[in-house]
Amino acid sequence: MNALIEALMFGAGYNAALVAIGAALLGIAAGAAGSFLFLRKRALVSDAIAHATLPGVGLAFIVMVALGGDGRSLPGLLAGSALSAAAGLLVVDWLTRHTRLSEDAAIGAVLSVFFGLGIVLLTVIQTMSSGRQAGLESFLLGSTAGMLFDDAVVIAGAGALVLAIVFVFRRPMTLAAFDPEYAAASGASVRAIDLLMMTLVMAVVVVGLKIVGLILVVALLIIPAVTARFWTDRTDRLILIAGIVGGLAGYFGAAISAVAPRLPTGPIIVLVAFAAFAVSLLVAPNRGMLAAVVRHRAFEKRIHLRQGLLALAREEPILDRLTLRVLRARNLIRPDNVATATGRAQAARALRDEKRWEVARAVHPDDAVTGRYDGLTDIETVLTPDEIAAIDERIGGPVLAAG
Amino acid sequence: MDPYFVQLSLTPIVIGTLAAVACTLPGNFLVLRRQALVGDAISHVVLPGIVVAFLVTGVVESLPMLVGAGAAAIVAVFLIEVVRRLGRIEPGAAMGVVFTAMFAGGVLLLEQTDTSAVHLDVEHALMGNLESLIWLDATGWRSLFDPVALAGLPVELSRIALVCAAIVVLTVVFWRPLKISTFDEGFARTVGVPTAAIGFGLVISAAVAAVAAFDAVGSIIVIAMFICPPAAARLMTNRLEVQVLWSVVFAVVSAVLGYVLAGYGPLWLGSDNAVSAAGMIATVSGVILGLAALFAPHRARVGAPRGEAA
Repeated sequence: MNALIEALMFGAGYNAALVAIGAALLGIAAGAAGSFLFLRKRALVSDAIAHATLPGVGLAFIVMVALGGDGRSLPGLLAGSALSAAAGLLVVDWLTRHTRLSEDAAIGAVLSVFFGLGIVLLTVIQTMSSGRQAGLESFLLGSTAGMLFDDAVVIAGAGALVLAIVFVFRRPMTLAAFDPEYAAASGASVRAIDLLMMTLVMAVVVVGLKIVGLILVVALLIIPAVTARFWTDRTDRLILIAGIVGGLAGYFGAAISAVAPRLPTGPIIVLVAFAAFAVSLLVAPNRGMLAAVVRHRAFEKRIHLRQGLLALAREEPILDRLTLRVLRARNLIRPDNVATATGRAQAARALRDEKRWEVARAVHPDDAVTGRYDGLTDIETVLTPDEIAAIDERIGGPVLAAG
Repeated sequence: MDPYFVQLSLTPIVIGTLAAVACTLPGNFLVLRRQALVGDAISHVVLPGIVVAFLVTGVVESLPMLVGAGAAAIVAVFLIEVVRRLGRIEPGAAMGVVFTAMFAGGVLLLEQTDTSAVHLDVEHALMGNLESLIWLDATGWRSLFDPVALAGLPVELSRIALVCAAIVVLTVVFWRPLKISTFDEGFARTVGVPTAAIGFGLVISAAVAAVAAFDAVGSIIVIAMFICPPAAARLMTNRLEVQVLWSVVFAVVSAVLGYVLAGYGPLWLGSDNAVSAAGMIATVSGVILGLAALFAPHRARVGAPRGEAA
């Protein structure tokens, strides 16, 4: 535990601190770029992009070795992965636009075929006479162990660049995500914006290869955005929260893996992000599970209250336990289930409201009024006082239930 | 012909072919229902299921693994629904959250536990070990009629054969409800087809196919075979019956050609090392899809303008 705290405070060594900062920047960039992808409803395109990087990594290694260089140079590998990711993206785009295949089939086809090709190349590399164990497998699940200073600088710099681009182009990207038709009509090129968005996603994927690995980097793009969606309905805040969640996940994940270097970094970062998601799913206001339960309970109570009051007014016996409990809790009936004075008054009002609704629905048979009738809506919120007065004239004033 | 063909190559080819067919059959319906990525999600969550099954039972046996992976698939489907409904999140993103997190959990569990004694690691899970499924007892084609040699066939073969047969039978038996509910869910409900159960059953049988195939050939082939042959077949025809037949043909061609290219292709090129068969099979299926997308008769969207379709 102490080691973890030390790692969190950048005490686990210079490189570990660099990696943590790099991972945090990557997480922020991924959260921000992923937000647009999520809002554009194309979250899983990132999965195709991520898997499509593998053949590029392999080819780049082969080419670099063939040219007599060091096959493991990170910038070279990342450039190769970016090229093949772009190819994968173009194929997805082409398949969706020029054939009848839907986008999900195109995504699945590209990710499996590119990944398969990448595996073939990896086996070729394993048998290459240059014999240098490339360690390219670490790109599958990410590994920060033995990361060089220069690598960390590349990652941190690219993360910061993505972030800057997101910041500059946030408005057109938001526009295209929410209403592509309107964006096109107002003169923005949706295709160019989409291209920019995909380029950002690609950049995050490529940069994330080393830390998170290509299988799980898609999680870093999707999970923070989905997590943020639980907390807000505003885009700017969505991006902000997603960035924070992604950044914290990257930072904590890297710190944890600095303490336990045997564990692959990618899964840890993803699970930290998922923990944030799970907490949000439970406790977020409005969209969370707890909020849903509370809302459901409150709704249930309203229905039982209303039905109970109507039953009191019509002098029908109430048998439902929950109804009795709700009425008793509000002091509307006595423990022996006889209505109190307040109970009788409220019951009469409920009955009168019901009557008003009845008249209102007969008078206005149009949807605007009758569509609102659900037995719970107060009629005052639908009709004006004048209209209600007119209705009251037809049905007479409030009448207390007999007895 | 190579005297060692039966011993070294026949069983992997047969296993690969059966796995490809077992995955491609449910894949047809998944692609038509626009659930192609369910295959992707399933093949990711199979890993945690298998790891948990191993942790619980302590052995790498097919039945616990099958149960564990099936359970993981059900958990994943359930979680995806929870995220989608409660959070009002679009299905793609909900899927992305669930399967990546479960895969990450599986990897972490795997790395935490000591599985060095058993054949269970992430790379194996991804790439399979098709090449190692050899038939040592075989001496030639005559071994096919030799009960002693037949007893030495790899267990993966009978397993995947059983699952493949079950998938074929299920597809034939449930053909009409599957077809109706895939093309017109509302109509299917009206005529009394339990569409929800059919959809769930489809996902479960896809999961079973994925697990059985995964065991032998790794998850790349599983995803590729779920999607590529059915997608290519979709571009060949507008009839479901014909599409399914095409997809089976494409799956078989991918498996056989992929294995042969991986095993013998490098030899022809002068290298003496084979490359990953699983990867090559996926690649061949992709090439077939690419050819279909360029030349197949029904590749364009109905109503698409000619210029755009070209």
